[in-house]
Amino acid sequence: MKFVIDDWYTAHRKGEVIMEYKGEFTPELITNLLDVSESRLDEVATPSKIRKKIYNSLVEGLQNLFHHSCKVDIDKQGAVFGAALLLKVGESFKLILGNYTQSDNERFLTDRIEQINSLSKDELKQLYKMILNNKEFSEKGGGGLGMIDIARKTGSKYEYNFYPIDEDYIFFELMININ
Amino acid sequence: MESIVRDGTQKTPSIEFDAEAGKVEIKGRSIPENSIEFYNPLIAWLEEYSGNAKPTTEVNIQLEYFNTSSSKCILDVFKKLEVIAKAGSDVKVNWFYEEDDEDMLEAGEDYQSIIKLPFKMIEIEE
Repeated sequence: MKFVIDDWYTAHRKGEVIMEYKGEFTPELITNLLDVSESRLDEVATPSKIRKKIYNSLVEGLQNLFHHSCKVDIDKQGAVFGAALLLKVGESFKLILGNYTQSDNERFLTDRIEQINSLSKDELKQLYKMILNNKEFSEKGGGGLGMIDIARKTGSKYEYNFYPIDEDYIFFELMININ
Repeated sequence: MESIVRDGTQKTPSIEFDAEAGKVEIKGRSIPENSIEFYNPLIAWLEEYSGNAKPTTEVNIQLEYFNTSSSKCILDVFKKLEVIAKAGSDVKVNWFYEEDDEDMLEAGEDYQSIIKLPFKMIEIEE
């Protein structure tokens, strides 16, 4: 079945919406999304400990979209880089991120997520420190630390999916529960 | 040597690097998309300071949030401070964290385990 980002978005937009966005990610936009999320999280009166974990995951998640999304205009659906949803489902929070990327990245992303999901909290801490101290960061920053940091702080496992677009592109969906 | 004093913004921390007072202070949020751009002048300042450091250098790090892109830059700040300590200044790091913010305490402990400087973990009320 053909992938339609609007359908994907609608299918995932369930629960109480804390923050949502679909389109191009710029530093200014991310600042706005963080502001909105922060005041909305204050309103839902979550303990500050959880609020901080959510905010932190948002910063890393949104900045990953900024650094790694690519612009694809599929079937004139509009040139969309990616999408982000922060939902409150029952008592827990769900961060859903989606972006277009080159098909070649599927293997790499799968390996990285599977690796992160397989590690304990302490192993994630060791991996984080090793990358922080030893590896050169790319110009885009991160060096893969963002995804490790989210997993480490939330203590959750990633759920993910890839949707084929065409020969060159896929849509990458990443979800994390925070509670 | 000139001081660096900057107000904090939504994405960058307030800075007070004062050579006369031997004080290095970073407070607030450090979540810019391009951290290197923000931290480069600070690293350069520390390099210059290492040549004429005060007998004591007090370092106060009080961050509410920092992103992983800043984490490497903060490590670079600490590495410069290690050099300053080797050159003879008594460098003391105060790492502040809000009560219940175990993640920020743990982040301080990560640096403490990598960097050979005395760290003092200080809990502050929200």
